[in-house]
Amino acid sequence: MDHFIVPLLNLFRAAESGIVLSAQAEDPGVIRETINYIARRIDLIGELMLEHLWLVIIAIVIAVVVSVVVGIIISYYERSAQAVLWLCQILMVIPSLAMLAFMVPLFGIGFTTGVVALILYSLLPVVRNTYTGIRELSPAIVEAAKGMGMTEWRILTKIKIPLATPVIMAGIRTATVMVVGIAAIAAYVGAGGLGELIFQGISRSNEPMIIVGAIGVSIIALAFDFLLHWGEKHFAAKGKPGEVTEE
Amino acid sequence: MIKLEGISKIFPGQKHHAVKNLNLEINKGDVCVLVGPSGCGKTTTMKMINRLYEPTEGKIFIGGEDALNKDLIKLRLDIGYVIQEIGLFPHMTIEQNIATVPNEKHWPKEKTKEKVEEVMNLVGLDPKIFKDRYPAALSGGQRQRVGVARAMVADPPIMLMDEPFGAVDPITRARLQNEFLRIQEGMEKTIVFVTHDIDEAIKMSETIVVMREGEIVQHATPSDLLSAPADEFVSNLVGRNRSIKRLHLIRIHEILEELGRVKPIPEDTKTDEIKKRLDESATRTVMVVDSDNKLKGVIGVNDLKQKTGEVAADYYQDVMETITNDATLNDALSVMLECGEGYVAVVNENNQYEGTITLGDLLNVVKEDS
Ligand SMILES: Nc1ncnc2c1ncn2[C@@H]1O[C@H](COP(=O)(O)OP(=O)(O)OP(=O)(O)O)[C@@H](O)[C@H]1O
Ligand SMILES: [Mg+2]
Repeated sequence: MDHFIVPLLNLFRAAESGIVLSAQAEDPGVIRETINYIARRIDLIGELMLEHLWLVIIAIVIAVVVSVVVGIIISYYERSAQAVLWLCQILMVIPSLAMLAFMVPLFGIGFTTGVVALILYSLLPVVRNTYTGIRELSPAIVEAAKGMGMTEWRILTKIKIPLATPVIMAGIRTATVMVVGIAAIAAYVGAGGLGELIFQGISRSNEPMIIVGAIGVSIIALAFDFLLHWGEKHFAAKGKPGEVTEE
Repeated sequence: MIKLEGISKIFPGQKHHAVKNLNLEINKGDVCVLVGPSGCGKTTTMKMINRLYEPTEGKIFIGGEDALNKDLIKLRLDIGYVIQEIGLFPHMTIEQNIATVPNEKHWPKEKTKEKVEEVMNLVGLDPKIFKDRYPAALSGGQRQRVGVARAMVADPPIMLMDEPFGAVDPITRARLQNEFLRIQEGMEKTIVFVTHDIDEAIKMSETIVVMREGEIVQHATPSDLLSAPADEFVSNLVGRNRSIKRLHLIRIHEILEELGRVKPIPEDTKTDEIKKRLDESATRTVMVVDSDNKLKGVIGVNDLKQKTGEVAADYYQDVMETITNDATLNDALSVMLECGEGYVAVVNENNQYEGTITLGDLLNVVKEDS
């Protein structure tokens, strides 16, 4: 069940901004208050969850399109590949608050800034997996296709992409789950989503808000993870991957 | 049909030639086999013909046309290619794999389907069983057959085959070779065939090209190569047992007629008669056939001693292994050694008895030669 580890880490990351969850959650008062809070504000919570989902989906869809295209292109240019991957790597290690702060002068406060930042974070896993998925195909398979007279475009669409799909899917899953967590922080620049609950909770010392926000984020992360994991398996079963060559 | 003129290849960043000033002409309908030790440039030479590698120097003509200035895709679509590593597409079924070239040529679906089934039968894979399987669910030998079927499905006039029978056991290999020769007889394709098995080269080819370190050492017919190796390298390559290697060159039907073998006996032959026939037989065995001349079994001297009935049908034994008359004498020898018998029964494709080859017959052939 290793694929639950990433979302769980996210749970902690989302909650890290201030709660001393472990100490106080044992106070039965907090649990009761949290349940009360959910009952009272279910509309708001639902709305923020949808907003959060929306933020993640928009960012991931755009990021996947861009990254897959970039990944394919660099698979043809070995030299540029290392530079591009290195750049994506740098983007990913910028702390999220710094990244968001950096985006504000460019895109102002709001949804767009959040989306752009999330896109930048999710580039690396998808670009890298697309690139390696294609590069690590058995050369014999590609050469057989070439030798029989398939055009480069046909080789790409009929052979390379289908065979690399499981690896690309794994990259998308990693990116999505990661971005769900980071999206909570995007509330800081007014991008909306469950992060708002967490940030407000922190400033008002309202523990139930923080807990609800954190749990909501993990639920979304787990749901995505489950869905995409299922998707991966589905593709793998259809595609029968695995090298079929012998010396 | 294929003409290489002064072809050289130096890979980028390397000092040595992978192939050096190679001149070669292959006639239409011929099988030309490239042999030589690992790394001598066989695969490189072959890949320059369909331009997976561009030659550093030299010219290539295919059917009189300058191949180096031809449209790459057009050129390749008309050259069947069996890659050394087989290279089946793991995400496609066998049918889809074999249909690759027809799909690239935009054949109508029906025609493709028919042709795929036809070549699958030709290489001995039942379409009903294998069509919808994925390559992962095939044995090594079956994959190689798919590789060959995929290369020949669109009837290319030229085929390049890089060790197409590399990954199978010797018996299956011999069978595939014979099937291949049978197919080739009907098709008359121009074939460049790579192997580093000299026996395979002798068996399959009209001409053999022996290569060493990127150069041609000798280009000759198999029997010339055996009788007059150009230098020590070639004679080492063909090995010491050159007269035994000749067994590769002779097919069973070529000597079967001259042998005038003891006739087979029908199933209802009486014991007395069988005794007489056994005495006449050099191998001390007689073959039993049914009314349709299909091979049923064999009776040896020992079977007669322990007989359990009065006619042949009561006590004949199963025949362990038979061989078809288009196999080579060397195949016959392999079967004999395999079964530990001094003879092997020859049958046609309907299992009808045609004769028996004995170890003595093989020895005679070898003796005549040397
Ligand atoms: N793509 C390549 N890049 C660089 N060098 C290569 C490449 N392909 C082959 N060579 C070199 O060229 C030489 C000839 O190789 P080639 O593959 O033609 O040998 P071969 O005769 O087919 O050997 P084998 O019987 O092992 O298949 C070798 O020295 C090899 O290292
Ligand atoms: Mg080779």
